[in-house]
Amino acid sequence: MEQFLQQIVNGISLGSIYALIALGYTMVYGIIKLINFAHGDIYMLGAYIGYFCMTHFHLGVIPSLLIAMAICTLLGVIIERIAYKPLRNATRIAVLITAIGVSLFLEYGTMFFVTANVRSYPPLKGILTQSFKLGNIVITAQQILIVCITVILMVFLQFIVKYTRIGKAMRAVSLDRDAAELMGINVDNTISFTFALGSALAGAAGILVGIYYNSINPLMGILPGLKAFVAAVFGGIGIIPGAMIGGYFIGTVEVMVAGYGNSMFKDAVVFAILILILIVKPSGLLGKETKEKV
Amino acid sequence: MKRLFVLCTCILLAVTLTACSKANENEIRIGINYELSGDVATYGQSSVEGIEMAIEEINKAGGINGKKIVPIKYDNKSEPAEATTLANKLITQDKVVAILGPATSGSFKAEIPVANAKKVPVASGSATADDVTVTSDGKVQEYAFRVCFNDSFQGTVMANFASENLSAKKAVIIMDSSSDYGKGLAKNFKENFVKAGGTIVAEEAYVAKDTDFNAILTKIKGLDFDVIYIPGYYNEAGLIIKQARALGITAPILGADGFDSPVLVDLAGAEALNDVYFTNHYSSLDKDPAVVKFIEDFKAKYNKEPDAFNALGYDLAKFVCDAISRAEKLNGESIKKALEETKNFVGVTGTLSVDEFHNPVKSIVVIGLQNGKQVSSIKINP
Repeated sequence: MEQFLQQIVNGISLGSIYALIALGYTMVYGIIKLINFAHGDIYMLGAYIGYFCMTHFHLGVIPSLLIAMAICTLLGVIIERIAYKPLRNATRIAVLITAIGVSLFLEYGTMFFVTANVRSYPPLKGILTQSFKLGNIVITAQQILIVCITVILMVFLQFIVKYTRIGKAMRAVSLDRDAAELMGINVDNTISFTFALGSALAGAAGILVGIYYNSINPLMGILPGLKAFVAAVFGGIGIIPGAMIGGYFIGTVEVMVAGYGNSMFKDAVVFAILILILIVKPSGLLGKETKEKV
Repeated sequence: MKRLFVLCTCILLAVTLTACSKANENEIRIGINYELSGDVATYGQSSVEGIEMAIEEINKAGGINGKKIVPIKYDNKSEPAEATTLANKLITQDKVVAILGPATSGSFKAEIPVANAKKVPVASGSATADDVTVTSDGKVQEYAFRVCFNDSFQGTVMANFASENLSAKKAVIIMDSSSDYGKGLAKNFKENFVKAGGTIVAEEAYVAKDTDFNAILTKIKGLDFDVIYIPGYYNEAGLIIKQARALGITAPILGADGFDSPVLVDLAGAEALNDVYFTNHYSSLDKDPAVVKFIEDFKAKYNKEPDAFNALGYDLAKFVCDAISRAEKLNGESIKKALEETKNFVGVTGTLSVDEFHNPVKSIVVIGLQNGKQVSSIKINP
């Protein structure tokens, strides 16, 4: 039982990261029906920006987090403006291929500048090095930090999407872009804003992973990116609460498979889930069956 | 007409290119095919530092029979496929007489078929897998050599160390299943630990680039064991040690020469590196005069303590150059023969002779870490 609870703690920490990345995937898909494969690399860039803030400028965790989020926001918007906006009316496959191109560009561009070496975050100080014991269950301060920041960001995101004007615009564009444009909504700005939000969350996930695992490299975004994509599909792509549930679900499943089954199968199980969902309920857990618009 | 013109241009171009790469009579070209970036970059970079230092010393002393050594260095990005491509390039375009590296068994093995086909000897300083110099059906890989001991020796020594010095009865193995190195070590440790009367309580596996080991560590935390053996490289081993200590696992952690990198301390944190022991080629705590001189020279050149890969790289270059100086002719076949005849070559990592399977016969050290620092070293002879 204790072991089970400990595995749940591990799963929730990992799931938080997937959920943060999955939110970006799902929002971008919801609004322009694009699977933004470069999203995992924004997460990687967030980890590197955090690394440079902490090692070169000796900033604390929270300032580094905010800077990483701000710079990722900017990068997200720039990528959208340069790479995706000119293809607004192109076929979806063209945009998808562009996304893969952007992803490779970010990975190997970063590798050019920072080399392919694994880097480690500087040692943490004070409260973040502590761990707490509940019976035999160990919860580290870093795990608490990850879960808290994830929850705060999700609440904040829900607030933006549900209760602000720009959130309303986002929902309108995702429902019907042409109609939204006719109603006087600036579609381009709304799409940019969506990229900005998603990238900020990915940047936050990046720096949290850096702190938690203490190891970053230019290709670190590929696998978590794909798993977050699975999480988004599991929850129902385009649906924000779905991405959160999906993230926590995938994280927990991965940990449970490693803990009770065979650790070699954990990645395979995650992708098997993707295949199963696509066969059984392609619209995802919270998705509604919709007819393809013609 | 146009087609003819293109053909002529191609031929001309080919002729000029071959002319360019023709070797100079007064130099000896040696290829360096190492992991300068990628997953195990610090092995490659460290080895090359040692190699370059050795070549510099040899050239300063007049080269080999009056000929200067010209190293030609390429980065294989820690990828076996890239290592093969570069070996081909070094042999066919750069006309090298021997290739040093790569550092890891997987990449080195990928290079060997090229070496055998082109009859150019290749030698590694740190490819420790058992089947590097001998194929799985027991045939010697004619053109492959190394200056390091193999994994069965490492696994055996660590298993004996665990049962005798640490009086361990039960062990857990967490193995890197994506490398030949990890699998070979795990197998040999297991065999010898069981032979010494111990039991393996659990065997877990991970693959390179994994970062989350909490699930498997939580699983083994509930078990009764005395030591954890981690046959793998520093990138993942560092994270496993960090996460194990954070979960409150205090048992001694054992490893092999893959632990030998300053990055291990960065990843795990010094306070987590207590009761960590690993087998290695050399220890900077050694008081042998040859070792002391090497450490001094190295510090003067690079301004840091040399690690085992620096020492192995240094030995490797000297070992190959020693064979080249004894070779009758400056070609792959004669150098290979000279390498095979190496007897009592004195290196920083010990005195070695090449046996019939192209393996060196030499000693090994077990290094102990406390607070991230090397505090003990025990030398064990074969």
